[in-house]
Amino acid sequence: MDAVIENLPLFLEGFRNTLGLLLLAGTGALVLGIIIAAMRISPVASLRGFATVYTEIVRNTPLTLVLFFCAYILPYLQFSPGYFVLATIGLTVYTSPFVAEALRSGVNGVHVGQAEAARSVGLTFTQTLSFVVMPQAVRMVIPPLINVFIALTKNTSVAGAFFVFELFGAARKVTNDRGDEVLAILLAVAAFYLLVTITLGLIAGRVEKKVAVLR
Amino acid sequence: MTSVLYDAPGPKAIFRSRLFSVVAGLLIAAGLVWLILALGAPKTSANGAVQPGLWDVSRWDVFADREVWRTLGRGALNTLRMAGVAAAFALVLGVLFSFGRVSDTKWIRIPTTVLLEFVRGMPVLLMMLFILLVFSTGSFWAGVAALSVYNGAIIGEALRAGIKSLPRGQREAGLAIGLTPVATRFRIEFPQAFRQMLPIIVAQLVVLLKDTSLAFVVGYEELLRSGLYNLTNFFGSRYSFSFFLVVLAIYLTMNLLLSWLARVIARRTGSKSGGVTTETKAPPEKPLDPELVYPAALGNQMGTP
Repeated sequence: MDAVIENLPLFLEGFRNTLGLLLLAGTGALVLGIIIAAMRISPVASLRGFATVYTEIVRNTPLTLVLFFCAYILPYLQFSPGYFVLATIGLTVYTSPFVAEALRSGVNGVHVGQAEAARSVGLTFTQTLSFVVMPQAVRMVIPPLINVFIALTKNTSVAGAFFVFELFGAARKVTNDRGDEVLAILLAVAAFYLLVTITLGLIAGRVEKKVAVLR
Repeated sequence: MTSVLYDAPGPKAIFRSRLFSVVAGLLIAAGLVWLILALGAPKTSANGAVQPGLWDVSRWDVFADREVWRTLGRGALNTLRMAGVAAAFALVLGVLFSFGRVSDTKWIRIPTTVLLEFVRGMPVLLMMLFILLVFSTGSFWAGVAALSVYNGAIIGEALRAGIKSLPRGQREAGLAIGLTPVATRFRIEFPQAFRQMLPIIVAQLVVLLKDTSLAFVVGYEELLRSGLYNLTNFFGSRYSFSFFLVVLAIYLTMNLLLSWLARVIARRTGSKSGGVTTETKAPPEKPLDPELVYPAALGNQMGTP
C-alpha cells in the first residue's frame, strides 16, 4: 500500500494527462465526427462515398497501429510536435468514425412519422429539422455518444505505451520501481479509470431513462 | 425514395446537386493526388541530406526478400492464433457470465454484476499488464486472458439482453414440463438468445481481432511487432513507411473479411428467425445496424443502397 501512497503525485500527474487526452481527443473527435456524419447524410454522392470509405478504413485499423504511426512514422516524416500532441491526433482520428456512427444512428432513430407529421402540418424544411427532428435526435444521440467517450477513456491507456505519461505510463513506471507491490499499484490505477468510466456510465444510464420517458 | 424533409427535387435541383457532387469528387481526388505526390517528393532533412521520396524503389526493394514475407506471415499467424484462442475462451466466459448475471441466486448474481462492471470499465491493456506481472504468465497467455475476460464480459452482457428479451412463457413452459431451472436455461432460453445475439457477438469478435494488437505492448510477437517494429529495427527506418502500409493492408484485409462474414451471418439469422418468438420478440437493446431497424427520418439519403 505504501508504494501507492508514496507515488501518489505520479499517479495524479498521469491522471491529469489521461483527462487531458480524453478532453482534447474527445473534442477533436466530436468536431471531426460531426463533419463525417454530415458528409454521410449529405445529398452529395461523392462526399458520401468518401465518408463511407474513411469510416470503413479507420474503423478496421487497430488503435495500436494508428498510434504507432503517430509516434514513430510521423516524426520520421518530419512532423514532430511532441508525443502528447501526436497521441491526441491519433486518438482523435481513431475515435471520429465511432462518433459519426453514433450521430448518424441517432438522427436515423427519429421515427419517420415525426418528420412526416411536421411536414403535413406545413412546417418548412428548416422548421421540421430545428423544431421536430433535431431536438429528438440530440436526446437520442447522447447515450451512444457517452459510450464512445467511455471507450475513448479506456483507449487513452494505449497512448501510455507510446511515450505519453498518462495513467498506464505511470503504472508501468511505478511497477518497474516497486515490483513487490504490483497488485496494489494496478488496483489503484484501475480505480482511477473506473472513476471516469463508471461516472460516465451512470450519466449515460440516467439520460437513457429520461429519453425513454420522453418517447 | 425521396426524403420526407423537403419536396422532391425538380430537374434544376437534380442538375445542381449532380454538379456539386462532381465538383466535390474532383476536389477529393485532387487532394488525394496531392497527398500521394507530396509523400513521393524527395525531402531534405535538417542536415542537408536529401532523402528519396516514399514511393522510391530504394524504399520498397526489401519486399523482394522472401524472409520479409515469411516474417509478415508469421506475425499474421500469431495474431490469428491469439484471436482464435481468445475468442474460444471469450465465448465460454460469456456464457458463464450471462448465466451468472441472470441467476436466481443472489450470491451468484450480485458478485457477477460487480465483476462485470469492474472488467468492462477497465482498459484491456491495463488488464494485460496486470496478468503479465501478477501471474507472470508469458505474453501470449497474458494477452489471451485479458482479451477473453474483457470480451467475455461484453458477450455476456449481450447474451443477458437476449435472454431478457425472450417472452416469459419460454421459461415458464420449460419449468412446467419438469425441466430443472438450469436445464431450462441451457436447453430452452439459451439457444434462442444466442441465435438472436449472434450478429452482435460476431461484431465483438472483430473487435477482439483488432485488439490483439494491444499485445504488442506486452511484447507478444504479433503482426504489429514482428511485421512493423522488428522489421523496421532490422532493415532501418527508411523502410518504416513501406512496412506500415503493408501491415495496414494485412490488418484491413483480415478485419474487413471478418466484418463481411458478420454481415452475412446477420442477414442469415435475420431471415431465419422463425418460431415462437417472431411476434413477441422485443428489439435487442442495441440494434446492430440501426439503419435497417428504424425507418430513416431523412428518407433514403442515409447511404443505404
